[in-house]
Amino acid sequence: MEPNQNPYLVLALLAGAAAGFALTPLLAAWAWARFFSPPKPGQDKNDTYECGLKSSGDAWIHFRSEYYLYGIIFLVFDVETIFLLPFAVSFTGLPVGAFVAMIIFLVLLVEGLVWAWRKGFLNWR
Amino acid sequence: MLESTAMIDEGLKSELQKQGVYVTSLQELYNWGRANSVWPLTFGLACCAIEMMAASMSRFDLARFGAEVFRPSPRQADLMIVAGTVTKKMAPLVVRLYNQMPEPKYVIAMGACAISGGPFKQGYNVLKGIDRYLPVDVAIPGCPPRPEALIHAIMTLQEKIRNQALTGPNRPRHLNADIEGEYPVPAYGQNDLEPPKNSEVWQPPPIQR
Repeated sequence: MEPNQNPYLVLALLAGAAAGFALTPLLAAWAWARFFSPPKPGQDKNDTYECGLKSSGDAWIHFRSEYYLYGIIFLVFDVETIFLLPFAVSFTGLPVGAFVAMIIFLVLLVEGLVWAWRKGFLNWR
Repeated sequence: MLESTAMIDEGLKSELQKQGVYVTSLQELYNWGRANSVWPLTFGLACCAIEMMAASMSRFDLARFGAEVFRPSPRQADLMIVAGTVTKKMAPLVVRLYNQMPEPKYVIAMGACAISGGPFKQGYNVLKGIDRYLPVDVAIPGCPPRPEALIHAIMTLQEKIRNQALTGPNRPRHLNADIEGEYPVPAYGQNDLEPPKNSEVWQPPPIQR
């Protein structure tokens, strides 16, 4: 290679070739479908449900949001532990920044715990 | 260009092949790919389905013939193996599943029941052959047919796909805008399905007395 050439030129060429390698079959398939294979949409084919039964209702329905409490509890008792263990192991050698970041993380999650507690979510029913 | 199979002589082709020169046409290449990527729908109606499962397992190993990717959704499948007795209650669902499959789609009627109603033909609740509602490509007789028979049916279907001309009146259905993508789904009537048959795909043979 000439010394005045950009050393990243090869990378750019390879990236272009890789993109072409991936895009050419997609474009060919699209062109084939566009010019030779007529689309045949229909009522059954565009239905939401696909088990042979007649679709009833709409897919755009209201989902209840109570699940967020399970999400919070999972973060508090499961994900937090994953970070707490290495935090405890390397506690003595941590710089101040890492300590503060970890405390912020803990405070955020404890806030969630307090929220779930006050909601009565931790009571055994 | 698509029909160039007719342009090259078969003898010349085999002579060239002996010299290590392989000649093909776009049509052959396209059909070769199409025939070897048939994805059946995971869907069994009766005891024939057991044989269908056996065919896809290690002993018979349908994978050797390029049609083992059973798909649980009609959106991803292009071969419907009607494996078993189609009751009149089930027939609308079968037709609806067929309608939901993308083009090109094929149907194998597996076993005596799917072909004609089989031993239950006299029953009031059994459809006397799925070919009353769907265009069947390959029919396998047997009660139930052995896995080898299903493999043979799939190979027959592949043969059919491989020899299909991409242009002309008999071109595959996904290249033909005139062929409807959906077939009418029968409704439950008071005594029978309504309509009892789709006259576009099934004409009863004339009765000779």
